[in-house]
Formats: sequence, C-alpha cells, structure tokens
Amino acid sequence: MIAVEKLSVRAGDFQLENISFQIPAGECGFLMGKTGSGKTTLLEAICGLKRVVKGTIRLNDRDVTHWPPAQRSIGFVPQDGALFQTFTVREHLAFGLELRRWNRADIVQRTDEIAQWLGLSRILDRKPEGLSGGEVQRVALGRALSFRPAVLCLDEPLSALDDETRAEICDVIETVRERTGVTILHVSHNHGEAERLADRIFQLQNGRMVEQAQKKT
Amino acid sequence: MQGHSPPGSRSDRSFLTVLVLIGSLYFLLVLGFLLADAAFVTPTQILKAFHSPEIRYSIRLSFISCTVTMILSVWIGIPVGYVMARYKFPGKSVLDSVIDIPIVLPPLVVGLSLLLLFQSPLGRLAQRFVPVTYEIPAVILAQFSVACAFAIRTLRMAFEQIHPRREQVALTLGCNRRQAFWRVLLPEARGGILTAASLAWARSLGEFGPVLVFAGATRMRTEVLPTTVFLELSVGNLEGAVAVSLIMVGAAIAVLLLIRGFGFDPNLKHLR
Repeated sequence: MIAVEKLSVRAGDFQLENISFQIPAGECGFLMGKTGSGKTTLLEAICGLKRVVKGTIRLNDRDVTHWPPAQRSIGFVPQDGALFQTFTVREHLAFGLELRRWNRADIVQRTDEIAQWLGLSRILDRKPEGLSGGEVQRVALGRALSFRPAVLCLDEPLSALDDETRAEICDVIETVRERTGVTILHVSHNHGEAERLADRIFQLQNGRMVEQAQKKT
Repeated sequence: MQGHSPPGSRSDRSFLTVLVLIGSLYFLLVLGFLLADAAFVTPTQILKAFHSPEIRYSIRLSFISCTVTMILSVWIGIPVGYVMARYKFPGKSVLDSVIDIPIVLPPLVVGLSLLLLFQSPLGRLAQRFVPVTYEIPAVILAQFSVACAFAIRTLRMAFEQIHPRREQVALTLGCNRRQAFWRVLLPEARGGILTAASLAWARSLGEFGPVLVFAGATRMRTEVLPTTVFLELSVGNLEGAVAVSLIMVGAAIAVLLLIRGFGFDPNLKHLR
C-alpha cells in the first residue's frame, strides 16, 4: 500500500503542495497531468530521491518519509530505463540482489527466473548499447522487480516506445501485477494506458492534486 | 530535364570549397612546422641527444614528474569534478572561476605566485620538512597547478554527460551514495577519467613557464624536457633543441592517439 498524506515537496522554484492519496495493496494507481505538473517530483519524493518539506509517506503501514531510498524497497523504472552502460543484462538483474547479500546460487536462480519471465534469456550477456526500446524497458523492469519490492514506481516507461512495443510492455506490466501482487504507481500522459491498467487515477495540476477517481469497484 | 543540376547544388559546392580552403590553411601550418622540425635533424642527431646524460636525466624526470602529476590531478579531479557536476551550493560560481585561474593566468605568473607562496611564513615552515623551491617537488607542483585544472574540467564534463538518473536508480536498488558512485558512475566515466589522465600528462610534459620560475633550470636536478629545449637553445645548440622537441612531439602524438582511442571527446575548446 502507498499512503501519502499532506505532502509538500520543493524542487527548485517548483513546489508540490498538500498532496494526499492512497493506493491499496496490489492496485495500480495512475498519476496523470501535464508536463510540469509535478508528477515526476512526487514519484521521486516517494522513492526518497527528493526531500520532503511536510507531510508523510507510508509504504505498507511503515512511515518511510525520511528513509533513504535504499531502505524503502521500491522498484523504480524511469522513463528511459536508465540502464547502467557498463553492466550486462544479467548484471542488471543481479545488482539489487548482490547489494542485499543474497548467496550466489539464489542470485543465479532469481536472475534466470526473471529473465525467463520477461523474455530476456537470449540477451543476458549483452550490454545496453544496441538493445531495442522494448528490451531496455524489460531490463529496467526486471532490475526493479528482482529483489521483490512491495511497491513499483514507473515513470512514463511507455512514452518513448512505438505502438506495438507499447502494447507489449503493457502486457508485461499486467502480468507483473497478476504474478507479484505488487502495488504500482504509474506516471503517464496516456489515457489509453490508464484505461487499460489503472485501478485509480490521480490528476495533478501545478503541484496540486485536483482529481482522484477510482476506475474499478 | 537532363543536364540541369538541382537548385542550390552549385552554391553548396562553392561553400564547401571555401570551408576546405580556409580549414586547410591551419592544417598546413601545423603539418608544416612538424615537418620542418623533422627535416632539421637527422636520426643520428636524435640518437646523439638520447646519449647525452643531461637529456637522459631530463627525459627520466619528465616522465616521472608527469606521471606523478597525472595521478595527483586525477585523484583531486575526480571528487572536485563530481561535486561541480552534481551539486548546487553557494559560491559554486566563485569556485568555478578559481579552478579556471591556473588555465587563464600567464604561465610565468603561476610560477611566480608559487614561488611567493613558498616564501611566505607558511611556505617556509613547510620547506623545513620538505624542500620544495628549486627542487624536484617544485617541478611536480608547478605542473600540477595547471594540469589539475584541465583534469577537473574534463572530469566535470565526463560526469555531466552521465545522467544522474542512473545513480538515483542505483540508490533505489539498495546502494548508498558511495556504492552508487563506485559501482555505477565511476565505471561509466572510465573514458573521461582516462582522457583527463592523458590530458594532465600531456599538459605537464609541455609545462615550462611555472617550472622555470619555481623550480629553476638546473641541469641534472630540475631539468625537464621543455627546460632542455630552452637550455640547448640558449647555448646555441639548435640541433639538440630540435631533437628534444621531436621526442616531445612523439610523446604528444602518442597521448592524442590514446585520447582518441578512449572514444571520449573532451571538447577541448572549453579547456583553452
């Protein structure tokens, strides 16, 4: 569950003011709004990448407002994937597990499992250079899911993809939800994506939450 | 219709011709003076230069001092370049200008300033433990003062070219800042680090003004390759000076090839 209450975040001259919303465990919330409305800033605050001025962020009933990003157990997928250029796909999938000091055999098992699931088995030894847009997003998703996070934050992961690949990654996100039960916060411009994936939609405008809607009952 | 070229093609050709003509003037100048150097001396004279104990000493001291300067410059340049690339803080523009001072100051003024610094009470105190002025440490310090500024500029650009998003993702994956720096950022900046190191090395090799003023030009003591060229010229041994110059040309070309090999363009126009 993600619960944000009366949150204020400052980013340069821009300020997010008094933001409150909730996404129950296992649901997918879409954060929508124009460019500059504060979607990414809010996502970054939840991930621990922006300092919170006021308010609280709770993840699965734990107040993580001032926790460092490493301790929040959030899988983060940025817009361009932000893959590490010197890592192979396999190293991307294993990185979060190595940091958590998993033993070697468990890391191998988990990376194979994720690779098979996301269709990455063929490209495990490749580096990011030369991967297609869809492959980049699959790797970024696999890296974020590897350590079994309770929450997944997606920052417009589909925006740079062509229609076909976009539909394919939408399928992947749906499967991820069904298989892991992870709570998802998804930043997007696209109403079609929201129609397909969202349980709840939150509309941001000039740093304020102007609308909240529940899609399914 | 056949025989008619498309509109604009003729003016494009003349435009490109003018560009090539103007550009080739500079190319010919550089190539010309290098060829003039090479034509002035015979291989025997270069070999003779290699046999002179003074010149061998200056080659050895140049290579050692440049390598030490390179290591120091990268060691200082990485943290400073990283902070300048990633953080905003009060006084950043002042610090930025201070880093540029050794680049824009006349080289002799850098040397003179170092000399005065080590004649100050604090400098004299330091020299009680390590003699610096007119000794080998002065050679390294004079080279380092300028080369480090170039290394910082190059490294800052290298870090700026890597989107901070990657470090942020590393933080969410479980890294602390130190781990994100060492495991994600630094390997990606490898090309920039090697370029900064090569540039610092090459810059140190050619440093003359600050070395002359701060370290002196004592044979078999503080003599580096540019000093040798100066000393050989001052005693009228033009062949010796050119032979030593060609050694430096060879080293500079080797470094440039290395920089190109790393595939990182340090955008040299910002460094001048």
